[in-house]
Amino acid sequence: MVIRQREATVILVTTFVVLYFGFVNSAFFTTGNIITICQYMASIAVIGFGEVLILVLGEIDLSAGAVYLTSPWLVYFFWKDGIPIGIAIALAVLCCVGIGLVNGLITVWLNVSSLIVTLAVNYALFGFVLIQSADIQEDMPGQGGTFGKIFGIGAWSTILWAAGIMVVIWALLKRTRFGVHVIATGGNLLGAAESGIPVRRVKVWCFIVISSTSGLIGIMDGIRIGSVNPGSDGLDFVLPGIVAAVVGGTALTGGRGTVLGTALGAIFLGALEDGFNLIGVNANWFFLAEGVMILVAMIANMQLGLFAKRLRR
Amino acid sequence: MSLPGNVAPAGDGGPLPVTSAPTGPGDTAFPARDDQRDVILRTVGITKRFGPVVALRGVDMELHRGEVLGIVGDNGTGKSTFVKILTGFYPPDSGQMFIEGNLVNLRSVSDARRHGIETVYQDLALVPQLSVYQNLFLNRELTSFGKVGWLSKGKMRQLAKQYLDDIKVNIPDIDAEAETLSGGQRQAIAVARATRQSAKIILLDEPLAAMGARESALIVDLIRSLSRERGISMIVIDHNYTHLFEICDRLNVIREGRVAVDVRVEETTLEQLTELMVSEYRSQIAAGQAQLNR
Repeated sequence: MVIRQREATVILVTTFVVLYFGFVNSAFFTTGNIITICQYMASIAVIGFGEVLILVLGEIDLSAGAVYLTSPWLVYFFWKDGIPIGIAIALAVLCCVGIGLVNGLITVWLNVSSLIVTLAVNYALFGFVLIQSADIQEDMPGQGGTFGKIFGIGAWSTILWAAGIMVVIWALLKRTRFGVHVIATGGNLLGAAESGIPVRRVKVWCFIVISSTSGLIGIMDGIRIGSVNPGSDGLDFVLPGIVAAVVGGTALTGGRGTVLGTALGAIFLGALEDGFNLIGVNANWFFLAEGVMILVAMIANMQLGLFAKRLRR
Repeated sequence: MSLPGNVAPAGDGGPLPVTSAPTGPGDTAFPARDDQRDVILRTVGITKRFGPVVALRGVDMELHRGEVLGIVGDNGTGKSTFVKILTGFYPPDSGQMFIEGNLVNLRSVSDARRHGIETVYQDLALVPQLSVYQNLFLNRELTSFGKVGWLSKGKMRQLAKQYLDDIKVNIPDIDAEAETLSGGQRQAIAVARATRQSAKIILLDEPLAAMGARESALIVDLIRSLSRERGISMIVIDHNYTHLFEICDRLNVIREGRVAVDVRVEETTLEQLTELMVSEYRSQIAAGQAQLNR
């Protein structure tokens, strides 16, 4: 009930932003610009979908952005060692599964807060890339032919992958037994454990899902962009994903999450970034404007929610 | 009614004002039962100590099929220790437990559950963000496609509705999140889940706590009908005598680590039982004061 209504408010806010930019700048609704928005928001959306699972558990994963940045480097390193690109990608995704496993196991077995575990892993991965790359940018392999088109080069490639991942995670959360156990673990940990749900295993699996999907979309963005860059901070990539999830109606306190809302949240952030660029907001004003808009969206979300609740009573 | 709780804590080595022989009003203590087949749960001489503190000194208890048994006792009497032994949380130091005549050794809470003993805690049981039917099927979800675990939502909804109708629990919306329900409705669903998942013995911890009159009536009706019509046995733990007289067939008062009073509710009155309790407290207090004056 609450989830459906929360999605309704983010639809309202996102529609407003999209229509506003479309109205003030005729370039907004051109195909070229829509592709730009899609390519920008694909990674935000995919990281956000993973975060939905993690946030529903009542945990958080700050390492997903670093995984997103590290995975194309792993592909590059494997490829440079003579491994064919397809296998290099598979190996890199497997490494991401390993990172998720480490995040999950330290969180549930050693009882360290996931915020700290994943923040530490975020920095460690950043350091790993800096050391291994000797801080030098490299060209990303895998550009050629149909392969490249499917894995990032095609204009709609990354957004279609994002859409596919959205459907999978939505089905996982809302249509499978595993999803019910994720909600139960986040909503009532003790009660879930009491009824025999393997709450620790559920948590570890969710960390594996977010790491592998973030790594996958990272590889595709690497191929799309054509190069891998060692100097980016993972937090710059994970935080927009978390914002998309929360603006979309996922609770930070656990138990509640919406994959569709997160997609809308990503569209909101993508439209905002692109729209400000199009209407030529001064670069110095950009982050201030973005921050204010996120706050406005979130407050509108909460207030509309409370209003709707009052109406029902 | 509030009574001083720990006037004579168990195991202090002081004189025991209550004799080991169970006493009850009208000499009805441990009424002999002919039909032992009817006993679903029996404990014999259960003892438990924590370091120097003796919590249980040999608890003999019988629970019959379809019976609602109230376990009463103030803090420090061993009541909660005994209940935790029944749920498999603690192993007893000595003594035996029989379920349907078979000697059992409960090693864990899930072990107890396998033997058909389920505990229902009011606030713990449900996931607030899941719907009524999802809570009813929690961790027993019906699925298709084997390993994938694709939920058979329609089937679960239908079965949940049917089951709640069968046991006359009226929940208007089976898709409503547990969070939106009243305390009584949540309790009813927790009990319904336990019985649906083939529990034979249900332990209820203060089932009527913090409930209004209508809510209480709902739960009392549910407990009564489950025990009478479905033969499910219940143990109710409470210290509110009014509640216990409303729900139970029989009461066991635990004191000093033993069953001190075993009485059928229809053979006593609230006043009689209260008077008995108060007079024993008076003698305890007197004994305590005599010790202090020495």
